[in-house]
Amino acid sequence: MKRTVFRGAGAALALVLALVWAFPVYWMVNSSFLTPATISKLEPTWVPFGGNLSNYRAVLADNAFTSALGMSLVVTAICLVLCLVYALLASFAIGRFRFKGRKSFVLAIIVVQMLPAEAMFIAQYKMLAGANLLNSVIGVSVIYLAMVVPFTTWMLRGFVAGIPVDLEEAAMIDGCTRMGAFRRVTFPLLAPGLVASGVFAFLQVWNEFALASIILTESQKATLPLWLRDFAQSSNLGVTEWGEVMAGSVLVAIPVIVFFMIVQGRMAQGLVGGAVKG
Amino acid sequence: MTTTMTAPASSPARVEQPPRRRRRGQKLPYILLIPAIVTLLIGLGYPVTWQILNSFKEYGLKQQFGQPAEFVGFDNYIALFTDAVFWQIALRSVAFMAATAAVTMVIGIAFALLMKVIPTWSRIVLQVAMLLAWAMPIVAQMTVANWLIDDRNGVLNYVLSLIPGVDYIGHDWLRDPLSFFGVALVIITWASVPFVAFSVYAGLTQVSEEVLEAGQLDGASPFQMLRLIIMPIIRPVLVILILLQLIWDLRVFAQIQLLQDFGAAGERYDLLGTYIYGLGIGQGQFGAAAAAAMVVMILTLAVSWGYVRRLLKEDEES
Repeated sequence: MKRTVFRGAGAALALVLALVWAFPVYWMVNSSFLTPATISKLEPTWVPFGGNLSNYRAVLADNAFTSALGMSLVVTAICLVLCLVYALLASFAIGRFRFKGRKSFVLAIIVVQMLPAEAMFIAQYKMLAGANLLNSVIGVSVIYLAMVVPFTTWMLRGFVAGIPVDLEEAAMIDGCTRMGAFRRVTFPLLAPGLVASGVFAFLQVWNEFALASIILTESQKATLPLWLRDFAQSSNLGVTEWGEVMAGSVLVAIPVIVFFMIVQGRMAQGLVGGAVKG
Repeated sequence: MTTTMTAPASSPARVEQPPRRRRRGQKLPYILLIPAIVTLLIGLGYPVTWQILNSFKEYGLKQQFGQPAEFVGFDNYIALFTDAVFWQIALRSVAFMAATAAVTMVIGIAFALLMKVIPTWSRIVLQVAMLLAWAMPIVAQMTVANWLIDDRNGVLNYVLSLIPGVDYIGHDWLRDPLSFFGVALVIITWASVPFVAFSVYAGLTQVSEEVLEAGQLDGASPFQMLRLIIMPIIRPVLVILILLQLIWDLRVFAQIQLLQDFGAAGERYDLLGTYIYGLGIGQGQFGAAAAAAMVVMILTLAVSWGYVRRLLKEDEES
């Protein structure tokens, strides 16, 4: 009896906390449907009854949004493809071979992940300025690649190590070439790993703000996060159009939330993986 | 999303480890590493080298316009360490890091313990709510936060003003520095608690029922069970989580920068990240900014060394 009451109280507390944690996200979606007249009332509108999609139409009709979307897609696509190829090759080297210098490389890819952006962005800015690559897709991609390759390599290494070499060797005994064995046996087994680490790399590049704000200063080169910042600051005679700004936030956040849900299981488990088992 | 730049380290299935191919004089692994190494050398190696060199050079506005930058030894560092403003900002950053990490850990652990005792359906509701918060991109987080605390139409001021005798309509939360950092702390905590809660919860599921039952039979109170049985078992997870939170809460450039964009800006609202940005990009003092960045880099590496060692060990075991 006492236990049931205890569990019931716990459940009630959990629901209240869930409300608090989800509220900002709910408020973003709610506000995105409200018209300027409703939203500027002193009393908040708690449920978007009578709302419409006009804020979304306004955002989608904004050239700056489309341009930023294009920029984000191009940068993310380039980084994602190159990152997966480079990291796959490197993860094979460290997952399958013992060689001189291996430990130094592993140490390097772990250490560089610890380095905060603010400890490096001045130097990266100066490098790109010197090479005339500020405000260019190539410039920002070079830096992003260096940012995502280490952790992708590290993550794929685990998957590569999980695939027994014997499988590949068996295929080679059965007449496959080394490439053939890789393509037919190892690669399909690696697919889940590539998807998971690909989503991680996508999230990092797609969300990146700090470096982009320094490197991509021209508004026509802005990525989506930069666009959202500028959009939120632009105001109409000193009044921010919060409905449109929230619609913009929703559009930026939705793909991220969707992809995030795909990999969320790995997220917590991966970061502290070894520790749980002691 | 606070999960930046840190590697998930699990292998999907811990199968029997394959025998490594060991051959002398093999070239293949080195060839496979070339693209990754070249990427790292260009994107990180060159900038870091530039930074180390320039932290020892005089590199200000004059040098921007063509004067050669001369080596000045430790002058930049000495100037930095004798500057009261730098110390103020450095201490503020460390205090902010410690406070945010502590609040996040306490709430995260409490959430995990709660999730362990409540019925499954309510646990799932809480988990979904936390995933939503966790998944929000930083810029969206900050934009929404700014709307919530908007001085006139923000829902926070409205709700606070419902309390009799309280009038918060028109209150600017970002004007007073302490309030400014309070807002930053709340937002960052809100976004980081899910990761801590999920990780600790995963750790708690490793605590076997038998051990708990044995403890109960021996007459341990719930508090004793927590302190003497559960905490020691999940200690390794907690240590890593604290480390990660400290690293992440030291690197909060984006959040602070965005809050400054929306609200008040200036030295009094700076943490190390925005300070370096102002010094370098804002004032063109690249030598001084490089030195300050080196301090942040060394500080981060010192904090994260334990985590690096653990990952290395994990690599050796596999």
